[in-house]
Amino acid sequence: MNKPISQFTVGERGKVTAVNGEGKIRRRLFDMGVTAGVEFTMRKKAPLGDPIEITLRGYELTLRKSEAACAEAEVL
Amino acid sequence: MKTFALAGNPNCGKTTLFNALTGATAHVGNWPGVTVDKREGVYKGGAESVNIVDLPGIYSLSPYTPEEVISRNYILDGNPDGIINIVDATNLERNLYLTTQLLETDVPVIIALNMMDEVEKQGDRIDASRLESLLGVPVVEISALKSKGIKQLMDRAAAMPSERKGTTVLKGILDKKLETACAFYSEDGVKSPLFHAVKLLENDELELGRKGAKQFADSLSSGEDLEAVIADGRYNYISEKLSCVKVVKSDKSALTVSDKIDRVLTHRIWAIPIFAVILFFVFHLTFSENLFFLNGFTDKMGWMPSLVDLGLSTDLGGGEQEYNNFGVEVLAVFYDGAVYSPGVILTNFLNLFLDHISDGVVTLMENGGAAQWATGLVGDGILGGIFAVLGFLPQILTLFLFFSILEDTGYMARIAFVLDRIFRRFGLSGRAFMPMIMGFGCSLPATINTRTLADEKERTATIRVIPFFSCGAKLPILTACGGALCATAGMGNVDAITFGMYALGICTAVICVLLMRNTTLKGETPPFIMELPAYRMPGFKNLMLHLWDKTKHFVKKAFTIIFASTVIIWLFSHLSWSWDYLADENMNQSILASLGMLIQPIFTPLGFGSQLGTFGWVFAVAAITGLIAKENVIATFGTLAGCIAALGANVGGADAGGALDAIEGASDVAAMVTATGITGAGLIAFIAFNMTTIPCFAACATAKAELPRGKFKWTLLFWVVTSCFVSSLVYTVGNWWWTVFIWIAVIAAAVALIVLRNIGKFDITKIFRRRV
Repeated sequence: MNKPISQFTVGERGKVTAVNGEGKIRRRLFDMGVTAGVEFTMRKKAPLGDPIEITLRGYELTLRKSEAACAEAEVL
Repeated sequence: MKTFALAGNPNCGKTTLFNALTGATAHVGNWPGVTVDKREGVYKGGAESVNIVDLPGIYSLSPYTPEEVISRNYILDGNPDGIINIVDATNLERNLYLTTQLLETDVPVIIALNMMDEVEKQGDRIDASRLESLLGVPVVEISALKSKGIKQLMDRAAAMPSERKGTTVLKGILDKKLETACAFYSEDGVKSPLFHAVKLLENDELELGRKGAKQFADSLSSGEDLEAVIADGRYNYISEKLSCVKVVKSDKSALTVSDKIDRVLTHRIWAIPIFAVILFFVFHLTFSENLFFLNGFTDKMGWMPSLVDLGLSTDLGGGEQEYNNFGVEVLAVFYDGAVYSPGVILTNFLNLFLDHISDGVVTLMENGGAAQWATGLVGDGILGGIFAVLGFLPQILTLFLFFSILEDTGYMARIAFVLDRIFRRFGLSGRAFMPMIMGFGCSLPATINTRTLADEKERTATIRVIPFFSCGAKLPILTACGGALCATAGMGNVDAITFGMYALGICTAVICVLLMRNTTLKGETPPFIMELPAYRMPGFKNLMLHLWDKTKHFVKKAFTIIFASTVIIWLFSHLSWSWDYLADENMNQSILASLGMLIQPIFTPLGFGSQLGTFGWVFAVAAITGLIAKENVIATFGTLAGCIAALGANVGGADAGGALDAIEGASDVAAMVTATGITGAGLIAFIAFNMTTIPCFAACATAKAELPRGKFKWTLLFWVVTSCFVSSLVYTVGNWWWTVFIWIAVIAAAVALIVLRNIGKFDITKIFRRRV
């Protein structure tokens, strides 16, 4: 099943299938390792529900839901 | 002399390595983006001295933030003899992503595999020689923190051939297109053609600016999404090769210590309360004169006897007392009616020491038969001014130490994570939190740190409000005026006033940001995509380096700018326009007095202008000298307090003993308060003015350099307007409480106008158009 990273629940694992969005946000997502094929785990949400924290490529990345919505992923 | 550049991801130990190499005391923190400008130092450990340039940490060579542009430009156009690429071995995958880009340049590269000890501790293994043969450049294992492997690293770096041809990991993917693009650049004679070629295919902004590049790139890509192809290519290469370089221990416990700490500190409910408590204790341990409320929460609950109650000292009135012996004087450093906090104890210790020096010098001069003016210049002018400022060093250092610990452990980055949702409401990202909190230390590094913000409007707004986060140099104004308020007006206690004024500054900042983001600096909320570093124990050595750096800076300033200012102020306050020397009693005829009286009316609406008595001009002068350095405000009081005290009863009972013993700023201000008859509201307005007005000279210069072109003059105006607004609000409401309704009405009208204008229902130009 595919859905944007922003809709993953805490603890769920996924595999990125496509990175949409545009310009600098997309560039930044690539540079931080959010590329097609990478596996990640949804770690947690900030106390106010946003931003979120994911583990990928052996480190912790935080991003907002609106930015995480740019990346589609398949639930593992 | 050869020059090597240090390049690597943020937070990979680059600055620690720079310190280990050069012995410099650069600022190290556990926050991505602590080095925001390049710094230089010299490594002397090898056969030949080598120049080392520390570049800001970057994730890639794409121009996302200004700091990435700095690093990219230096690597490509700065002609370094080599790049030392620091790779955090605990985070190999993402770190090597930058390496694959560095390898595409024609600059020689050596890889320093840092934090290998941590990898081994986790039970993993990395085959450095295997990595070396894969990448085709030297790889050396080091531990920057323990200064291990640094000699080998530099020896191998020195032995590198001076020429290298760029290599790429994208060979198999983009063969044809890369060749064509490379040829495009080679014809132009551009250095590192391979690097530029790849960037062009990535649709890189800076490359597309080149003449003819846009059409060329479009023809090459033929609609294909090369940006994604290239990023995928790099990461795929890395993960593929990594499997044979890195051996991961299989049976790892699911939760590391870092994870467990994180669970608590970023807890859904507890995160924000924990942050508030931590912040409260930071301020409490620095400023409180009633440690852990041992003496009860209010004065009424107080049960601890004061030194006078114990018969150990005699009350002289006016907040002064005479101690029975030196032992009691030392006891008073720690305790007098309540236990003091570490920050206050350290301050008292230093002041005890400085008191005795200044008393000794004055006695020595008087006994030696020095002229009255000479004793005055040295005692009140020089020592009075400088010591008034130096006396605050312990509290500034204590506060700074706490912030350094929070930063080094990685907690600050979590706070950005926790607070982002709130910051976004004001049109900023959680990243803006770092420069703001750094502003509590000093505006200069804070302003420079705004380069980590990618969005120009966010950066401008942040730079403008940084001075409202009261810096270390403004702290003396808060505590001294707060102390004077308690002593003369009997208002509350010092740490409550200090805390309140900090809160006022923060509120002003929040409102101003909100205002700017809705009017002059409108724009999309900037993105927030950042790394959260693992929690780390702060290194003792690093902490001490931070403090030493700060002390050096502060003491240097005290003995240069502030020294010069106090001497000038003393001279101007003791010379008349005909260059006659004036005794302390005749200060009102001095040059300084007449200049001060000239500008005094400006401050009348703010509560410290013409309505003050004979010596009211002192506040005007202090506010103006504060524009050079904020320490000057209290130094000015320190310099002039002695003179006012000499007038004794003439000026309404300014306590002579108190002011002559005027080392601690509070008694200086107290003397001023009694002499001028300024109201409590006026004094708070004075603090508010100094907190929100144009910052010191050095901060202005930095802001001018960091702000986009043409924004600086508006920023100056913004500071002037804000400070006048805030302090007149404080003054009027403090003096006539009902004016609060007028202010609310004015503010409500302004908000309504802005909202109406932003939703497009109201256009101010329409009013004029209708008339025509």
